[in-house]
Amino acid sequence: MKLYCLSGHPTLPCNVLKFKSTTIMLDCGLDMTSTLNFLPLPLVQSPRLSNLPGWSLKDGNVFLDKTELIDLSTVDVILISNYHCMMALPYVTEHTGFTGTVYATEPTVQIGRLLMEELVNFIERVPKAQSASLWKNKDIQRLLPSPLKDAVDVSTWRRCYTMQEVNSALSKIQLVGYSQKIELFGAVQVTPLSSGYALGSSNWIIQSHYEKVSYVSGSSLLTTHPQPMDQASLKNSDVLVLTGLTQIPTANPDGMVGEFCSNLALTVRNGGNVLVPCYPSGVIYDLLECLYQYIDSAGLSSIPFYFISPVANSSLEFSQIFAEWLCHNKQTKVYLPEPPFPHAELIQTNKLKHYPSIHGDFSNDFRQPCVVFTGHPSLRFGDVVHFMELWGKSSLNTVIFTEPDFSYLEALAPYQPLAMKCIYCPIDTRLNFIQVSKLLKEVQPLHVVCPEQYTQPPPAQSHRTDLMIDCQPPPVSYRRAEVLTLPFKRRYEKIEIMPELADSLVPMEIKPGISLATVSAVLHTKDNKHVLQPPPRPAQPTGGKKRKRASDDIPDCKVLKPLLSGSIPVEQFVQTLEKHGFSDIKVEDTTKGHIVLLQEAETLIQIEEDSTHIICDNDEVLRVRLRDLVLRFLQKF
Amino acid sequence: MSFAGTYCVIMDPECSKLLPALCAVLADPRQPVADDTCLEKLLDWFKTVTEAGSSVLLLQENPCLVELLFQVLKPQDLSSGVLSFSLRLAGILAAQENCFQYLQQGELLRGLFGESGPLGRAAWTAPTVRSGWIQGLRSLAQHPSALHFLVGCGALGTIFSLQGDPSLFVASAAGQLLAHVLALCMRGQAEEHPGPQASDWPTCAQQIVDHVEESLRSADSPQVTQALNVLSTTFGHCHSPWTQALWVRLSPLVACLLEKDPVPAAHSLVDLLLSAARSPVLSADCGLWETLAQTLSHLSCTQAGPLALGVLKLQACPQTLRAQAFGVLLQPLACVLEAAAQAPGLPGLPAGTTGDSVVVDTLLSSKSACVGLLCQTLAHVELLQPMPQRPSPWPQAPLLGAAVAVLRFCNGSAAPTSDVGGRLCVILVGCVRVQRAALDFLGTLAQGLGPQELVTQVLAVLLEYLKSPDSSPTVLKKAFQAALRWLRSSPKPSGCCDMDPHSQQFLRELLPVLQKRLCSPCWEVRDSGLEFLTQLTRRWGGQAGFRHTLLASEVPELAEQLLRDPESYVRASAVNAMGQLSSQGLRATSASPEYPGGQQKSLLLDLLHILSADSEGFPRRAVMQVFTEWLRDGHAEVAEDPEQFVARVLQVASQDLDWEVRAQGLELALVFLAQTLGQPASYCPCTMAPPEVAPPGRLAQALQALCRVRLFEFAFRALFDCDRPVAQKSCDLLLFLRARAAPCGNPQDAGSSPNVASAEAALQRWRAGQQGQPQEDLEPEAVMAVLRSVDLEGLRGALAESSDHVEKSPRSLLQDMLATVGTLVENEADCY
Repeated sequence: MKLYCLSGHPTLPCNVLKFKSTTIMLDCGLDMTSTLNFLPLPLVQSPRLSNLPGWSLKDGNVFLDKTELIDLSTVDVILISNYHCMMALPYVTEHTGFTGTVYATEPTVQIGRLLMEELVNFIERVPKAQSASLWKNKDIQRLLPSPLKDAVDVSTWRRCYTMQEVNSALSKIQLVGYSQKIELFGAVQVTPLSSGYALGSSNWIIQSHYEKVSYVSGSSLLTTHPQPMDQASLKNSDVLVLTGLTQIPTANPDGMVGEFCSNLALTVRNGGNVLVPCYPSGVIYDLLECLYQYIDSAGLSSIPFYFISPVANSSLEFSQIFAEWLCHNKQTKVYLPEPPFPHAELIQTNKLKHYPSIHGDFSNDFRQPCVVFTGHPSLRFGDVVHFMELWGKSSLNTVIFTEPDFSYLEALAPYQPLAMKCIYCPIDTRLNFIQVSKLLKEVQPLHVVCPEQYTQPPPAQSHRTDLMIDCQPPPVSYRRAEVLTLPFKRRYEKIEIMPELADSLVPMEIKPGISLATVSAVLHTKDNKHVLQPPPRPAQPTGGKKRKRASDDIPDCKVLKPLLSGSIPVEQFVQTLEKHGFSDIKVEDTTKGHIVLLQEAETLIQIEEDSTHIICDNDEVLRVRLRDLVLRFLQKF
Repeated sequence: MSFAGTYCVIMDPECSKLLPALCAVLADPRQPVADDTCLEKLLDWFKTVTEAGSSVLLLQENPCLVELLFQVLKPQDLSSGVLSFSLRLAGILAAQENCFQYLQQGELLRGLFGESGPLGRAAWTAPTVRSGWIQGLRSLAQHPSALHFLVGCGALGTIFSLQGDPSLFVASAAGQLLAHVLALCMRGQAEEHPGPQASDWPTCAQQIVDHVEESLRSADSPQVTQALNVLSTTFGHCHSPWTQALWVRLSPLVACLLEKDPVPAAHSLVDLLLSAARSPVLSADCGLWETLAQTLSHLSCTQAGPLALGVLKLQACPQTLRAQAFGVLLQPLACVLEAAAQAPGLPGLPAGTTGDSVVVDTLLSSKSACVGLLCQTLAHVELLQPMPQRPSPWPQAPLLGAAVAVLRFCNGSAAPTSDVGGRLCVILVGCVRVQRAALDFLGTLAQGLGPQELVTQVLAVLLEYLKSPDSSPTVLKKAFQAALRWLRSSPKPSGCCDMDPHSQQFLRELLPVLQKRLCSPCWEVRDSGLEFLTQLTRRWGGQAGFRHTLLASEVPELAEQLLRDPESYVRASAVNAMGQLSSQGLRATSASPEYPGGQQKSLLLDLLHILSADSEGFPRRAVMQVFTEWLRDGHAEVAEDPEQFVARVLQVASQDLDWEVRAQGLELALVFLAQTLGQPASYCPCTMAPPEVAPPGRLAQALQALCRVRLFEFAFRALFDCDRPVAQKSCDLLLFLRARAAPCGNPQDAGSSPNVASAEAALQRWRAGQQGQPQEDLEPEAVMAVLRSVDLEGLRGALAESSDHVEKSPRSLLQDMLATVGTLVENEADCY
């Protein structure tokens, strides 16, 4: 069993598991941090950006974290755990010869599509006049200014995919529901479980009859909108692959939501605007819910909230229809005449308005001070670029970062100098290390496999040994481009016995409760299922040519020696020896059993738990005599 | 004797009449007593009766009581409640020696408490019967005859075994009974100062002491605990010279316990040693201090903590022992300090106090052990801090350092280099319990000062906690409280009364945090932020530096907005904060976006609106308090037209459904009254000092003013308020007024005025509970006439009694009990 680690980003994993005869890709996250090396793509011509001196590079700007570790066409299935971890799907399924199936839950697919659609839209609506790729040449890259010259693997950076590729990739997905058992080639069974992190997010169980691998990626134990995490089903795993823990282990989401609300209120009270760079789905639902409860108490009822994204409308509406994927509290609301999420009410009362982009209706409705939620959190493309340019110069305004995927300082770099206030309130509801240690205690996997980042404290806080996975045995860690041989051996395989063959068996009780029988059969293997069939009948004595050929097909069956079982009671054995004329017998106890010493015959009989040795010098007759006496105490079958 | 006492003691004939019926009911197994609390009340009553008079007389006058006790002797299915009651009653009665003899004549007591009584029956399985048996004996054991009886009927053995009773109440009562019996045995010997020789002691005492000795030698920990508890009680309650002999005799056995590992019954051992150490008889040299010192060094750090604290609280004790105890107490903090320190060495801690490795092991053994030990230590040192007998020199600086270190471990900001530090960090990070304890501790330490460098660290760590989004609301509240105490304790720069520069700097950094906290989505945080602001303003509102910093921030404006908070507690705190800010002239002056004209909206109107419209009581009460304060301090907005202000407030308050608002209205009325009469309002109607009578001319004017603001209507109506505190307050107010106005005005003159009639009519209506407004305004003369005609003193006396004084009478109790039995019987009849 091997694990190929294609991504070094612990929250955007991409691993390939070879288990039995299957090749399973676990997630295909897209690390977009390389976009931070590029200039923002402005929606409106920005004199400031276009007049920057020097290296004004224009290039296609996405970025794929893959190596040639494995031939993607050999991947049988891809299991997706949540919509953030499928953003690289078109790169994997298109133009690689991939012919397999992708499994994901319905909300994952729908919201994943929205995220991809938004990404493609953001990139495509600002077409570039030219593109450059020569600089990726190592020799030229070396000459570039920092940090570009230090960027690794720039040759693997790719252009953003197109909508066609997205559609084609998504068409390969097969929808699954929680706890649904999916057979893969008869060899293994995969099952998605609720992971509590996002709508439709799942952990996966990959099991055969005797082995169980759990894949935990992006899970949450907090009570937010999705269905709670299913922990019980993860028990008894041989291996638990643990990825997607919180990226900000020191920030508690509740505290951060409080910070978010307080800073938002303070800014708006002073007549400033608030910009929240965010993804169009996920934490935004919880933020809107918090604000819904908060705005009246903070006296913000008259402040408009704008949600600007090409997929804003779909995102808000989708969230309301996935009732079965929601937490219990929200599920019950489905039976009342009210929508599960309160943002519906915000929209009805005109407090929250959503627009596909800043063009069109938005410019007519736009009123300040206001709060704007828009993408992309990297601040490199999307409508957020416009608002950064618009509001950056005033210290009354505030940008509040809630998504933890990008370093906010790097994201802000191209906008410096910046007068607007910047608040960093990363809200990451994924498991923290305390929760992980509780989970591992509860689930008790034999082995834990995780990214190497989780096995040491964060570099900036090297004394915080509480911020790492602590379990016994210590976790097996992996890094990008590493191939791990998972630390357990497959020892058993399930084989079915045909009824008529089973009928013919005559078990013998070896010790109470355990019976054995020998079986002669033909092992038939097809589609990873093994069946023992009765051997063909021996050839009929009346022989013809045809029959003779049939008898050739019979596999050679050697005459088998009978198997022995049982133990030798030393005292009785000695008595038997004496009865048969041996005298001067001495018995010595050893750590493993006994030695019976026939002093006259200069012979030793070593009796141990699983073996008996007769040691005598070249007296074959004596040896056989003794052997037969030993065999009297053993059962044969 | 108190009024209530005399009332109870007399067994009034009515009760005597009811008693036989009740006894019959109790003795009848077919009539179960539904409510055990009635029996408890009944016992209380009998206790008062017997304490005041002769029990024999009581029994002779009420033979039904003895009959009841005899009934109990009969083997029948009496309920365990009645059985227990009878045993306890018998004990109460037999507490008087002559009554004991009286009851013994019929062998009644032996029957009740001896082997033939409940002791041998199935009823004994009920814990309440066993408890009744012990309590009965406890009451009875007051005289030598009782002692003989106890020994004679073999009760001691039963008491010994009851010490291990599964019911904790019974077990503990058995232990206390033993201590009591022991003290009773020795009472006669007290004068002679008996030696430790066993032969000198009465047999009964000997038996008990032997039993205790045997228990102390036992390998069974619960048995050791029982013995220790008996001794603790003895040394705690009995300070006769013989206890010293007892200690000399038993202390070697106690010392033996220390040789075992782990020390058995450590908790009880600590109790015993402390109660022995507190005993005035034992303080002389008898090995006690040595035992204490040994115990301190043998017990685990968690067990030794309470002992160390106890030792340090002792009035007189050897200096070396105190030093040792203080060292033990400080050990966990020393470990923390050592773990946090960059360099070795703990300057400032008492010599010998080091981070003991055993303590370190305990701290690191588990999260719960670490948290428990640290919280205990912090609480102990906090208790010690303000005591006069606290150790001197007090290690203020290391304690401050330890508190800061604990807080830094808890918020993850510590960067320890040592291995222990790293592990402590893992255990403590995010631990709210320790955070709270350490912040409390830090706040207490503000009473003493420290080196400036440490104070800077303290303020820095407090700021970290106040800033951190991860601080829980309770932690935040504690951090605010600690910050306030540290600000208060900061030294005042010489020559001016403003804050010192460090505090000013702290405040400048704090206000943006406070600003954010006032916008928190969590109401507890907004609330504690406002409380902090109120306190801060009350203390420094008059100082230029503070005023300048506060007005430069948005805090006053935010506080004002919180007057409309959805949470009522927050609104109440906002009212207080705004009241305080406004008193000090610290309201935001800049035009807020809501009122672009720059015209500041009157806070008075805002608060009046809250008083009349808020649906919750807390904000309305807060408004009344603020108004009272404003009136007392002559707030500018009130001073413009106090009469109009008081009239409006009283009008609104009189309609309020919350009695506290109405009571506070009377407080405000009293302030106004005093101001109008030109006298200090601090007059307390309860003290009978002759009031200073107002000159007639001024009085007439004042009365006119009081009538104009309709204060009398408010007060008279309150006089008959259904809530007693309101009526009491009003009564006090009117008494105060009458005392001031008494000499002037002539009753005869006033009596003829037609207004008096209407005022009295109005009074009648209020008394009858009708709320109609009198049509005409009250005239001063009419008011004075009414005031003189009402029996205010009588009313005050009636109000002083608790509202249930009628229901509490024994007669009522007996009637109630009979009545419930009656209904039970009726119900039974209905069934057939």
